[in-house]
Order: sequence, then structure tokens, then C-alpha cells
Amino acid sequence: MSGHEFQSYFPDSGSIDYSDTSTAIDEAALAELRELAGRYPQPRSALLPMLHLVQSYDGRVSPAGVKACAEILGITEAQVSGVATFYTMYRRRPGGDHHIGVCTTSLCAVMGGDILLDRVSKRLGIHEGEVTPDGAFSLERLECNAACDFAPVMMVNWEFMDNMTPAKAEEMIDRLVAGDKVSSTRGAELTSWREAERVLAGFPDGRANEGPAAGPASLLGLTIANEKGWAAPDQAPPLPEVAPEPAVPAAPEAKPASVRRTRKAQDK
Amino acid sequence: MTDTLTPVLSANWADPKAWTLGAYQRRGGYDAAAKALKMTPAEVMGIVKDSGLRGRGGAGFPTGMKWSFVPQDNPNPKYLVVNADESEPGTCKDMPLLMASPHTLVEGILISSYAIGVHTAFIYCRGEVLHVIRRLQQAVKEAYAGGHLGSNIYGSGFDLDIIVHAGAGAYICGEETALLDSLEGRRGQPRLRPPFPAVAGLYASPTVINNVESIASVPSILAHGAAWFGSMGSEKSKGYTLYSLSGHVKRPGQFEAPLGITLRQLLELSGGMRDGHELKFWTPGGSSTPILTADDIDIPLDYEGMAAAGTMLGTKALQCFDETTSVVRTTLRWVEFYKHESCGKCTPCREGNWWLVQLLTKFEAGKAVEGDVDKLLDICDNIGGKSFCALADGAVACVTSAVKKFRSEFEAGYKTPAWELFPYERSALFDVEGGAK
Repeated sequence: MSGHEFQSYFPDSGSIDYSDTSTAIDEAALAELRELAGRYPQPRSALLPMLHLVQSYDGRVSPAGVKACAEILGITEAQVSGVATFYTMYRRRPGGDHHIGVCTTSLCAVMGGDILLDRVSKRLGIHEGEVTPDGAFSLERLECNAACDFAPVMMVNWEFMDNMTPAKAEEMIDRLVAGDKVSSTRGAELTSWREAERVLAGFPDGRANEGPAAGPASLLGLTIANEKGWAAPDQAPPLPEVAPEPAVPAAPEAKPASVRRTRKAQDK
Repeated sequence: MTDTLTPVLSANWADPKAWTLGAYQRRGGYDAAAKALKMTPAEVMGIVKDSGLRGRGGAGFPTGMKWSFVPQDNPNPKYLVVNADESEPGTCKDMPLLMASPHTLVEGILISSYAIGVHTAFIYCRGEVLHVIRRLQQAVKEAYAGGHLGSNIYGSGFDLDIIVHAGAGAYICGEETALLDSLEGRRGQPRLRPPFPAVAGLYASPTVINNVESIASVPSILAHGAAWFGSMGSEKSKGYTLYSLSGHVKRPGQFEAPLGITLRQLLELSGGMRDGHELKFWTPGGSSTPILTADDIDIPLDYEGMAAAGTMLGTKALQCFDETTSVVRTTLRWVEFYKHESCGKCTPCREGNWWLVQLLTKFEAGKAVEGDVDKLLDICDNIGGKSFCALADGAVACVTSAVKKFRSEFEAGYKTPAWELFPYERSALFDVEGGAK
């Protein structure tokens, strides 16, 4: 040892795994990849979505997926793998059916994220960056996931699991192990990491109407404003009654009259 | 005098199925777009300029002025790219907006695109938010079906397509030129400027990049007028905005208020800090904005107020930490974030953040040596302002401000581990066994 061998800090860095050539990419998958490339003014813009789609088929960025992207976009495999190894959501080795992430950036870490990651790790019997032997779960340490008012935050298959505690996390894992239905606190019923990747690629799964519009923390300011009668000038808190949902979305010209009322007169 | 809170963007978030086109239109959704498309593009741009709307993504650049930099005589297509890559630590305003009311953004894009002369717009959303992306995809689909997107919108002859694009995990793609590289299917690394994106952005064509909240504010400005918008907020920081309160507060959450509200007011509304604890330090707008202390809670939370206090309004991500929290620990964790997220293009950032992490790890473990505080500041000196983009500047700001306000806590790291000075379990919401406190 000269002491000068390159040692990477990142546990999961380096090339994609060319020793595993398995793939589920078939003609239908290639057609979908081509469809993605056709959605953009310049095809290469579709590379990130295409790699999400590759992961939904192969559970990772596979050599076959790299080759397919390169051929469709007319770029080199090196260019594709250069992109695939830059972004943290792309995996070099297969992930679990359910991918769990625990946020440990400062705020979540301080509020319990470190404890949470430790407990989830012990419950699954794996460290961050690993997959359970049965392939059911993978675990990742996350950077800030834009849900700090719900800290500590966990993500499962990129769905929000807000206001997590170790007890809640363990119960959720138990239910997933048992095959029970588990829903995100602000999202849909959990499917799988691969199905999530397909949506991210740009193929919707029809679950947008599941879950609430907003979590309690998101509504806090609005709730207080409504209680106190506060509003922007010339805008009142909404009337309590709700108009019936139109069967067909109305064109703006044909839209029913706005239910806004001005509040200046009544309480100023 | 305006009210303390002024929900505009968040006004419809509690509506049943708020994310659907039907719910949005019941509140007058797309009326502003229909109104705008009857005006000339220059008139629409003029209203947005007159409103004084400034970028809500952190930099605070006047939105209308940004639009006016796009050369109208360039033969290439023009593009609008909405930056929904919300990843700055502490920042959590755009994701709830998009989840609850994606049509507010879509309508904002329609009006803004019309003003700039854009026919293809992109929503670049971070990838780690599946349900937000579902709602965006559906909203765009509904908007096409409802005649709000596509060709000859409202019979105006104006055409617009919107493409919803999911990122793949990279904070740096929130930096506008890195975002463009990423959207072109490359590694997300910042570009040297000039040329600025307004002249040569996406596909080397004129491009406007705006934050979600900036564009989402446009429909209300068109609906109620520039004067209405300017009647809220302070002289140079006009309008309303989303403040995100998080951390050791009794009730964290989103508060939409005129610019210039204070942290004291927001803390009063949220019930203050958790019982038996007091505020120690806070960020005004994410980890890249220098930290403030309990002495600073009466400073107006607007662009000027925060600049005068030596920090920045940033994304209005008010992360509040109580007296149980180790400043050394939070600083280290933030710098670990910057190290992890550095794209690697510029040496001072790629190597410098690595060095900072090594040194801060020693401080946390009580193994720093006399003089290491100055070494920390010296490394910061060699990082700040020496890279293509502001990522490293953010890392430096969080370190230097922490040392400035809490130097003795760093010096304590010459002898004592941070976890002995500030037992970490005291900061958590649950104990090590996982029970609620």
C-alpha cells in the first residue's frame, strides 16, 4: 500500500454495476422510453425521467437501461452513466420493495431524526444504504425533504410520513411486513418503490385524488386567520357552504359567480 | 393597516379536494388568466412590475424586471422554467402549495408565459415528493382538458404547453443554471455567467426561471391589481408571502402574512416555544442564511430588515432551535449537507466543505485544539465567493454566523464533546426509547 490509493468517501459511489446484467426491459419498455424522449423539445431532456423508468423496470439503473437510453437519445453510455451516478435517487444496486428514508439534516436530526434512523435501522436489521436479505426494505439517510414543519420526517417510497416517532415507524414497518395497507400521512396508500419510480418518470398511477389537500401544519396559519377573521384586503374567509361539484369542469366564462364576499363593511 | 395574516395562496388549502380544477374554479380560479389574455403581454408584464413582486425563492430579485430582460427579438423559442426543486434545509412552503393547489401555479404559468411570450413551460419539481408530482401531473392534464392549456387558449390565439419534470435528488439543481443543465439531461452543475439565462438559458434560448411561490403569486396580482398587492408588506418588500415556522415551537406550520411580520408575532400565533424552553437561535430563510438569536425577533422579516441584520430573508424558512440545542452539532450537520450536495465542479466548494466537515467533527467530539476556531474561519475565507454558484457561500454563512454568535460554544469543543454540553436526547421530541416526552 502506497497510502495513495483512491478511497471514495461515498459508500455507494463509482460506476453502475456491470456485473449484474439482468434486465426486464422489453419492447414495451423501450416504447415507453421513446415516448418520454418525444415529450421534450430536445430528446435528451428526457434522460432523468427515462432513468426513473429504467429503475421501475429493473430496480436499479441497469447496464441494459443505460444502453437503451444511450441508443434512444443518440449519446454515449458514458454520458448516461455520468448522469445516473450524479443524482442520489438513482440506485446502482437493486433497492427494496419499500424504500425508507429518514431525514437527518439538522432540524429533523435534532428533533429526533437521529434516534429514528437508529431505531428503524435496528428494526430492519440493516444499516443505511443496505437492503434487507429478503429484498423487502432498503434504508437511506435523507437530506432535507421539504417538510420541516412536520419534523421528524420519514419518507417511504417518496411518500411523506410526517411527525414520525420510533413507535409509529416500527408499527408502520410491521404492517408493511404483514402486507397490510399503509397510507402516507399526506399522500396515497403506499404502493412500492418501483411503482413510485414509474410515476416520477411521467406515467401517472391514478392516485392523485387520494389523501388530504394539506396536513395540519400546512393549515395552521389559515386556521388562525379564519378564527380571527383576518384576510388579505378585499378577501374574506370562505363561506362555509360548498357549491356542488360540476360534472364537467366549467370554462372560465361559464363559471358560476364567485362566492367571495367583501368583509370591509362587516368588521372594519 | 392590513391584517396580521393574509391568506391568499393558502386561502383554498382547506377546501374539499382543493387540488382539483373544479374546486379551484369555484373560487374564481383561471378568471385572472382569462382577464390577462384579453390584455396585451406588455400590459400584463407592466402590472407584475408595478406590483413590486420580488422572487420568493431566496434572492428577492424583482420578478417583472427579470421577465423584461428576455430579448423579444431573439429568433429562438423562449422558455419559462418553474423552480420547484425546494431543497434548502428548513424550506417547506412550495411543496404544500403544490400539493394543495397545483392549479394556482398552472394559472400563474399561463399568465406569466403570456406576458413573456413563452409557448413551452416546465415545472422542475424535486423527485423525492411523489404525491406532489401526482397532483401536478393531474392538474396539468385537467388544465388541458379545461381549455386552459394547449392551443388558442380562450380564443386568444395564444398557445402554451406545460411539461411536468421530476428531478432525481440533487439540492444543487435548485440553483438556476444547474437546474437548466439538469433539465437538458445532464449532471446538474452550475454554469458560468454571463451569458445569463434570460439571454441563453435552456437549449441556449432565452429562459426565465422563477420560484413556485413567485409564479403562484401572479394570478392574485392580476385579479386584484398591483396596488392591492402593494398595499400589503413594507415599502420595498411588497405583498404577502408564506412563512414556514419549524423546530422547537409549540405549533409549527405555514403562515401567510404581509412581508415585514416579525418572528415575535409568528411565535405568539404558534403558541411560542415548546413548554419550559426558550428560543436560542433561528434561521430566517434556510440554513444558507446567517443565523439570528432571541435578540433579533423584532426585526421585520422582509428583504431589507434581514439584510440590515446581516442575514437574508431567503426562503422564509424560520427554523427555531431552543436552548437544549448544540450550535456545533447543527452547524456540522448543515455543513455535511453542503458537502454531500456540492456538485464537485469548483474546487473551493468540493474540497472546502470536506475540510469543514472534518474540522467540525472534531469540535463536536471535543477534540478540536486551541486555534481551530480561527482555522475554521480561515477555511471559510478560502471558500466564500470563490465558486460558480452560491452553494459554498451558504455553507460559509452558516459556519461564520454560528461562530460569530456562539464562539464560546465552539471553543468549548477544545475540551468537551457537544453531546456532553447539550445531551442530544433533550432536543428530541421523544426519548431514546421512543416514548413521547
